Amino acid sequence: MLRPEEKMNAQVNAPVEIIAATERPAVGEVATSFRSNLPKLRLSTLLAVPTAVLIAMAVHLAISRKEPAVETHLYTMFLGSVLGAAILAAVVQGFWSGLRRWMRQMCPIIAAATALLCIWEAITTGLRLLPLPYFPSPAAVLQSMVNDREVLFDSTWHSLVLLLGGYSIGVVLALITGICIGWFARARYWGMPVLKVVGPIPATAWIPLAMVVSPSAVLSAVGLIALAVWFPVTMLTASGISNTRASYLDVARTLGAGRAYLIFRVAIPAAMPSIFIGLFMGLGTSFLTLIVAETVGVKSGLGWYVSWAQGWAEYGKVFAALVIMAAFFSTIMTALFKVRDRVLVWQKGVIKW
Amino acid sequence: MVEIPPSIVASEASSLRVCDVSKEFPAPDDPDVRVLALENVSLSVAAGELISLIGPSGCGKSTLLRLIAGLDVPTSGELLIGNEAITGPSAERGLVFQDPNLFPWLTVRHNIQAGLIACGMLQQKRHEVGEFMRLVGLEGFAKAYPHHLSGGMAQRVALARALINHPKVLLLDEPLGALDAFTRMRMQDEVLRLWQARRTTMLLVTHDIDEAIYMSDRIVIMTPRPGKIERSIEVALERPRDRSNPEFLRLRSDILEFLHFAGNANTAIASASR
Repeated sequence: MLRPEEKMNAQVNAPVEIIAATERPAVGEVATSFRSNLPKLRLSTLLAVPTAVLIAMAVHLAISRKEPAVETHLYTMFLGSVLGAAILAAVVQGFWSGLRRWMRQMCPIIAAATALLCIWEAITTGLRLLPLPYFPSPAAVLQSMVNDREVLFDSTWHSLVLLLGGYSIGVVLALITGICIGWFARARYWGMPVLKVVGPIPATAWIPLAMVVSPSAVLSAVGLIALAVWFPVTMLTASGISNTRASYLDVARTLGAGRAYLIFRVAIPAAMPSIFIGLFMGLGTSFLTLIVAETVGVKSGLGWYVSWAQGWAEYGKVFAALVIMAAFFSTIMTALFKVRDRVLVWQKGVIKW
Repeated sequence: MVEIPPSIVASEASSLRVCDVSKEFPAPDDPDVRVLALENVSLSVAAGELISLIGPSGCGKSTLLRLIAGLDVPTSGELLIGNEAITGPSAERGLVFQDPNLFPWLTVRHNIQAGLIACGMLQQKRHEVGEFMRLVGLEGFAKAYPHHLSGGMAQRVALARALINHPKVLLLDEPLGALDAFTRMRMQDEVLRLWQARRTTMLLVTHDIDEAIYMSDRIVIMTPRPGKIERSIEVALERPRDRSNPEFLRLRSDILEFLHFAGNANTAIASASR
């Protein structure tokens, strides 16, 4: 909301002022597509990534002279391609302001990540500070990732199917129960105790029971993930619905709204911010449950792969799976953020995202 | 007197009668104790009339408005629109609050057409949405979200939203109370313009004596604890009214004096010393 003095101003200059205010973001975006309007990148930003990569390369070449060439060749190529990409980007950003904006944001972070790789290599292969089979060098991890790419891809695919299956079933059930508990007093009376008593049990605690009851490990894993998602989403949906501002409901009633309108067009949109908090929490618990379920029950997926590789003491593969997990989970998280940005576009400017 | 007898323009069906209505609430600190918010209130509003309810806080103005809107049920007594009893909220009685209460997840256009969707009339009456946006001067803001609007504009959207279903009675609960003095005076003219164009029966709750005199055909003064109607004053001034007209000022000091004796002394003194 505008503060009173701003309100006054806006009112005095009536439409012009407000149009300017609402259209400003759009105007800004148009302006940044001209390259003259976005300041040039500082030299330090431009050079950060190439410098970091060159240092990492130098360290790598110095250390790996003692190592068999087969295991280090890929890592050298990897660093080389990062260097090539950084140089190419430095040239292209002169013409492409979108890339420049992205680089301003990302260059320091990529440089820091490269530096971390360099440090990791120095303390593993270089100084031998960490016991070897457990802590392989980044070169070895990359090597195992590429060697085992088919199994890794397959595992990621299985994890994705399991996760999305369990998550969507859990969300659908949770929205139904959450809306009922939030809206209907009777559902609240009977549902809330169940939710409060059963909900907080971590879904993974049900594993022994799930294994006995369910005909297949995959089904029980889907059920457990759904259960893990169900609790936070139900809780936050119910609280979002029951905290709908009474005045919105009053207004809707005087507009002739019936119960369906009140639930689906007032209470649910009003509860959306709260529902999304539940969806994010549910996603976190679903990752955890997925990995545990795959480790102990299901014979596929990234969780299974990690424990399998560990059984063979192939820690390069363990790390490779962890790297893929990080990319996999953060991509899904980002996707949910994008959905949130779309659905809650009306909140933009009201709250800090 | 008012030049156009409202009853000629609007049909008798939109007259409003409040017959001997009382309303009790459970006390906030002890649910067993009942607080009398309204005691034997009777009021009759002719179709097309614009009436102001004024009085100190706690005199039950808003309670009365909620009863007329059908959002609350009276403890005793009866409320009638035309000859039909009010049993619950309906699209024929629009309500505008001090806070515009726009749905923040809908654009201006969708806020205004919310009433049509609620009544299942969107298909038939979609063209009216544009007319109402023009009526309140918001053509250019169809796609803006409420938090982009100033207080005055948001309140105009709220008015358009309340008017889209062509309510017989429009209830205004301090609709201009949160606006600055300048915007408020412009909005008073705006509301009068809407009223003159549509001849909707209007009930305006306000704290502002000037606003009541400037706008209404009749001013109903209420007093608190328990809330009841103390007096009803006809405003026999030509529109548009001049706020410095001697008759206007005489009426103003009459009401102030009356509130000073009849109402909550502190409130009355505070407003009298302005």
